[in-house]
Amino acid sequence: MSDAALRRPGALRRMLDSDLWWSFSHSPVTVASAIVALVCIGGAVLAPWIAPHNPFDLASLQLMDAFKPPAWEADGDPSYLLGTDDQGRDVLSAIMYGARVSLLVGFCAVLLSVTIGITAGLAAGYLGGTVDAVLMRIADIKLTFPTILIALLIDGVVRAALPREVHDQIALYVVIFAIGISNWPSFARTVRGSTLVERNKEYVQAARVIGISRARIMVSHVLPNVLGPVLVIATLNLGFAVLAEATLSFLGVGVPPTQPSLGTLIRIGNDFLFSGEWWITIFPGIALILLVLSVNLLGDWLRDALNPKLR
Amino acid sequence: MFAFIVNRLLQALPVMLTVSLLSFAMFAYVGDPVAIMLGQDYTIAQRDALIADLGLDQPFFVQFGKFVWNALQGEFGLSYRLSRPVAQLIVERAPATLELALCAAFLALAVGVPMGVYTGLYRHSWLSRFFLTFSLIGVSLPTFLIGILLILVFSVWLGWLPSFGRGDTVNLGWWSTGLLTWSGLKALILPSITLGLFQLTLIMRLVRAEMMEVLRTDYIKFARARGLTNRAVHFGHALKNTLVPVITITGLQLGAIIAFAIVTETVFQWPGMGLLFIQSVGVADIPVMSAYLLLIALMFVTINLIVDLLYYAVDPRLRIGRGKGAH
Repeated sequence: MSDAALRRPGALRRMLDSDLWWSFSHSPVTVASAIVALVCIGGAVLAPWIAPHNPFDLASLQLMDAFKPPAWEADGDPSYLLGTDDQGRDVLSAIMYGARVSLLVGFCAVLLSVTIGITAGLAAGYLGGTVDAVLMRIADIKLTFPTILIALLIDGVVRAALPREVHDQIALYVVIFAIGISNWPSFARTVRGSTLVERNKEYVQAARVIGISRARIMVSHVLPNVLGPVLVIATLNLGFAVLAEATLSFLGVGVPPTQPSLGTLIRIGNDFLFSGEWWITIFPGIALILLVLSVNLLGDWLRDALNPKLR
Repeated sequence: MFAFIVNRLLQALPVMLTVSLLSFAMFAYVGDPVAIMLGQDYTIAQRDALIADLGLDQPFFVQFGKFVWNALQGEFGLSYRLSRPVAQLIVERAPATLELALCAAFLALAVGVPMGVYTGLYRHSWLSRFFLTFSLIGVSLPTFLIGILLILVFSVWLGWLPSFGRGDTVNLGWWSTGLLTWSGLKALILPSITLGLFQLTLIMRLVRAEMMEVLRTDYIKFARARGLTNRAVHFGHALKNTLVPVITITGLQLGAIIAFAIVTETVFQWPGMGLLFIQSVGVADIPVMSAYLLLIALMFVTINLIVDLLYYAVDPRLRIGRGKGAH
């Protein structure tokens, strides 16, 4: 290794030397949950290429194969590792495709919450006064109502206002909107708090003195400095959004059955619980728990690792 | 004190007005109530008569005023789905939901507080670690999955407890209770656990954090220096001071419990308000939806108000601070 390389280590080297990496690699629970999360997300994203069957290809479905138990049970079929449902669909493949829908809704909903939350938080914190009072009052009112209730109402209203065919087509966007719109206040409060600290620092005053517009100060000077906590809350919120989607789908008001998410799979499987076909509902349930638990553990770790008070 | 209450009431008023405006807008503009009530065959004259009868030809604010006036008297019209007065439907189902919610809240407090105290006092014992892991799972498990797992184990495999319904109920006036019969009590166990588990873990973590905070303070050290027993220090001094936030959170969570009862009631086919609401959402039964929305909003506002008042009563700093103005 030459002297230059020693003095200026590469990006990978820097990452391996950082505090964050140290705290990550010294926490077995975190490493394990990162692996689980990666497997879940990887399986979901790559589902069309690596899933053993295509659960939506009607031609390949055979009713003969319906209600097969998992492969390790007495009359299980090795080509259906986790068994099949009432239509002869492979449960494992359905889970992989379902996780895709769940994660898509989760990511988009968090993205929406982050966008609204950052905008509202920056405006409230930097502009202050009436804007601040009004925005925070709305956030307070919003926080007193549980997310699931607001999402249910939004979905109910859309369902009542639109005919059924139209509703089925846009159901996915309605769910994303309903979950995203009900989670923004936590982002707004955090961003507002950090903005209040940043706005009085010298670099912002300097920017103001040389005549940069308020919008530009907010976006290109204050914003990058308040993003840290946002990342933490976003991770924790992802688990939460996936859960909210699953709950809505379980109640039958989420994504339509033509595009089943993990929650829809659990709801459908629930009907067979009493006749002994437990695997149809339990395996999607386990997949949901693993996904949410690993994401939550990562979020917890990130919060502790980035919090200088706990070091 | 009086000014404080008036101030809080004034803050609650706009919330209620906004919610009733929303629920009126839903009532008036979503779907076509006239078409639904008339059915397939009708003449123009019949249609006009019904519109005039319902007052739909009047200006927006007149209609809204009428809606609020009727709502204040508990009049929400007929359910589209069941063709019965909405108020009657809700009164019939309220006892089931309230009993379930109170049992769940009681369970969460009765188990959560001792667990929190224990994990706060003995932070490194293996039992504390077990409780903490358990609480993390409790937070990550969705309510409906807990219910399904409990049904699978205790109803399908073991056959000990019923998986749906309320069992036998006894009528006390208009209130139907499941607390007085054996089958009613048995039916209550699984739904209460399902509904209360999340709040239980929340309360446990809260009490733990507060206990750890309080145990570090000087007055605890002083109490120990005075030679008081561990018991007196832990329960007489420490626990008492952790209770303020616990009261607040429990109060606020009572609203969340009633809202989450929707999920639990769906899993267990529990004949309460939540099940009524979810069935109404499925078929867009607007009168029931808007009445439920108003009722829940009223409940939340009332609970918030009571919690604020409790805070005021429990924490003397609030009273003094207000008298002298801001610090």
